[in-house]
Amino acid sequence: MNRREFLNVLAAAVAGGLYLDGKEAAAANPAAGLYDFKVFGNVHLLHFTDCHAQLLPVYFREPNVNLGIGEALGRPPHLVGQALLQHFRMDPRAARAGYPRDLARNLGHAFTHLDFARAARLYGKTGGFAHLATLVKKLRAERPGALLLDGGDTWQGSATSLWSNGQDMVDACKLLGVDVMTGHWEFTFGAKRVEEVVQKDFKGKVDFVAQNIKTADFGDPVFPAYVIREMNGVPVAIIGQAFPYTPIANPRHLVADWNFGIQDQNMQKTVDEARAKGAAAVIVLSHNGMDVDIKMAARVTGIDAIMGGHTHDGVPQPVIVRNGTGQTLVTNAGSNAKFLGVLDLEVRERRVVDFRYKLLPVFSNYLAADAEMQALIDRVRAPHKAKLDEKLAITEGLLYRRGNFNGTLDQVILDALLEVKGADIAFSPGFRWGTSILPGQAITLDHVMDQTAITYPHVTLNEFTGEQIKTILEDVGDNLFNPDPYYQQGGDMVRVGGMSYTCDPNAKMGARISDMRLAGRPIEADRKYKVAGWAPVAEGAKGEPIWDLVAGYLRAKKVIKPVTLNLPRLKGMEGNPGIAR
Amino acid sequence: MHQVDHARREALKQGSATAIFGLFVAAGLVRPGTAHAAWNQAAFSAKTVDAVVKGLGGASTAPTKDVNWGSTPEIAENGAVVPVSVTSNVPKTESISILVEKNPNALAATFTIPAGTDPTVSTRVKMGETSQVHALIKADGKYLVATREIKVTLGGCGG
Repeated sequence: MNRREFLNVLAAAVAGGLYLDGKEAAAANPAAGLYDFKVFGNVHLLHFTDCHAQLLPVYFREPNVNLGIGEALGRPPHLVGQALLQHFRMDPRAARAGYPRDLARNLGHAFTHLDFARAARLYGKTGGFAHLATLVKKLRAERPGALLLDGGDTWQGSATSLWSNGQDMVDACKLLGVDVMTGHWEFTFGAKRVEEVVQKDFKGKVDFVAQNIKTADFGDPVFPAYVIREMNGVPVAIIGQAFPYTPIANPRHLVADWNFGIQDQNMQKTVDEARAKGAAAVIVLSHNGMDVDIKMAARVTGIDAIMGGHTHDGVPQPVIVRNGTGQTLVTNAGSNAKFLGVLDLEVRERRVVDFRYKLLPVFSNYLAADAEMQALIDRVRAPHKAKLDEKLAITEGLLYRRGNFNGTLDQVILDALLEVKGADIAFSPGFRWGTSILPGQAITLDHVMDQTAITYPHVTLNEFTGEQIKTILEDVGDNLFNPDPYYQQGGDMVRVGGMSYTCDPNAKMGARISDMRLAGRPIEADRKYKVAGWAPVAEGAKGEPIWDLVAGYLRAKKVIKPVTLNLPRLKGMEGNPGIAR
Repeated sequence: MHQVDHARREALKQGSATAIFGLFVAAGLVRPGTAHAAWNQAAFSAKTVDAVVKGLGGASTAPTKDVNWGSTPEIAENGAVVPVSVTSNVPKTESISILVEKNPNALAATFTIPAGTDPTVSTRVKMGETSQVHALIKADGKYLVATREIKVTLGGCGG
């Protein structure tokens, strides 16, 4: 059979959740042709986001639970597995965007959890800054003047970024050629550190923009709201939108003098100002999260595209939002340097008239490592390599984090917390970063740091009443399932160990969580329970770093058997395309 | 950062509180005597929206959408100091009051809007928990209410 037939067979195999023999498929290079496509238009934007400091290629399993509630039901990004593949395959925009149709189908592995371990062995790892650099260079050579946008969550998520205060990522991004950046987890290194990088390292190279960060005292802008860059004779404005809820989702004391918020009125003012100054295309580089971006696109006019992140949604095609004066494209470019978004715009007579968008998976095996970037990565890792490569245990099952309620890796952390701290119940934050580990792979300290490397890693042991526990679950549940996206914070549900419960996402706050039980017995409102957790946001919190506790647990276990996920019983989610087995 | 006006910041820090207050008076932001105006005990100790309206001398309220919440947050960064900003687009606005429904005393502030003044007010309120926050507009003798939910969360689980 010829290559086209082969790809069609493979596509059918992917769609059916089955894979061909690994050797045969790998020899045929399933990603061939993916990176060769026609350049369109005269304005070009390359976008990566939420790489979470992953300099090396990684496995990253997309979620099988990403529920959409209210208006978001069944709408991207709240489609998983087959539902996602079907939605985008039948969408004529997918073909219009220029993927060969068979190839678009063939990308199922990158965008879904389907048969993940097997597909991961077939396709290999994704991302890695050396491989990303090769792709960026190729696309830039084809698109003179293209801008590279970094949506933030870049400096946090690995051991080397934590131990270098984000410096490894700052240097890597400068080498990669980032033009414009906004932020979120960057701020967890403290306001002073961010200002230092922006004033020294980034000066004259990278524009750090955020229209929604103001000083708490006088409301002065902390960063420029936007920058206008000319490309092929077209002035293009890039407006920054930092994560609006940084002081709430992360420790406020780290950015005590700054106010954030969504600030869509100031966004409108900023768009109008950029247009008045001559911008023919206006792009928002956003860390709102996709549902917030979609709502903002309907409320603020004059934005051509919101290129978003935060919610780690690998969405193959933009959601087109119509508003008062036209339309706005909303994209989300996944996480962990697994994807690079490519937006080509045709601007004529000071107006965007057409577009092409592709979210390219970065398949590390099919992109040669860029030598200069690889050298930087090797240099960064060399002093820590022996420590990070320590094999703590072997996993028999697939370990991953992403999903609305729990992931197998979080379950390991919960099991470790329960056992080591002797707690009744364990909580682990609903972070969406953290790489995946295949069955049979060794869990290294590097992997543990991928899941835990934050500036407030303390393990806590508290006595909470049943009522307090319910309040916590309701609070986090509302951050995830409030039908108004402006009231969501973009993380997942707190992972719960030891205790079972029922969750009704459609209910109102206070009524979503019910039937809380510990070892089959109902949780009592007045009784106190020992609850272990980590990542406290309060200033002055103490406790051993979570990575020490988890590493110690893994060393003692040596082998991690496939874990049983503690998942809530769900109410009212039958038929929701945001959940799959 | 370069955007921040450090000179203005330092000047204000060095100026005494009296001097700053004096500046506000000079700019017409606060009319002399405002601070000593009669304390409306009935309104400020009321527990409900209706009781506040009664305390202010009104009888009933009607909902309005002619209110702009400016930079008021959807989720408070710090419940102890929640910035609330209200602009009334209702013609003949005479006063703007801010009410936090779940606070022990609902009424947080009342601003009198003299004729010809831009009906925009900003203040900071304290909130112990998630609550409906009401902007109560008195215009042409009638009371109108706009509502915004402001969440006060435990935080710590995003991203």
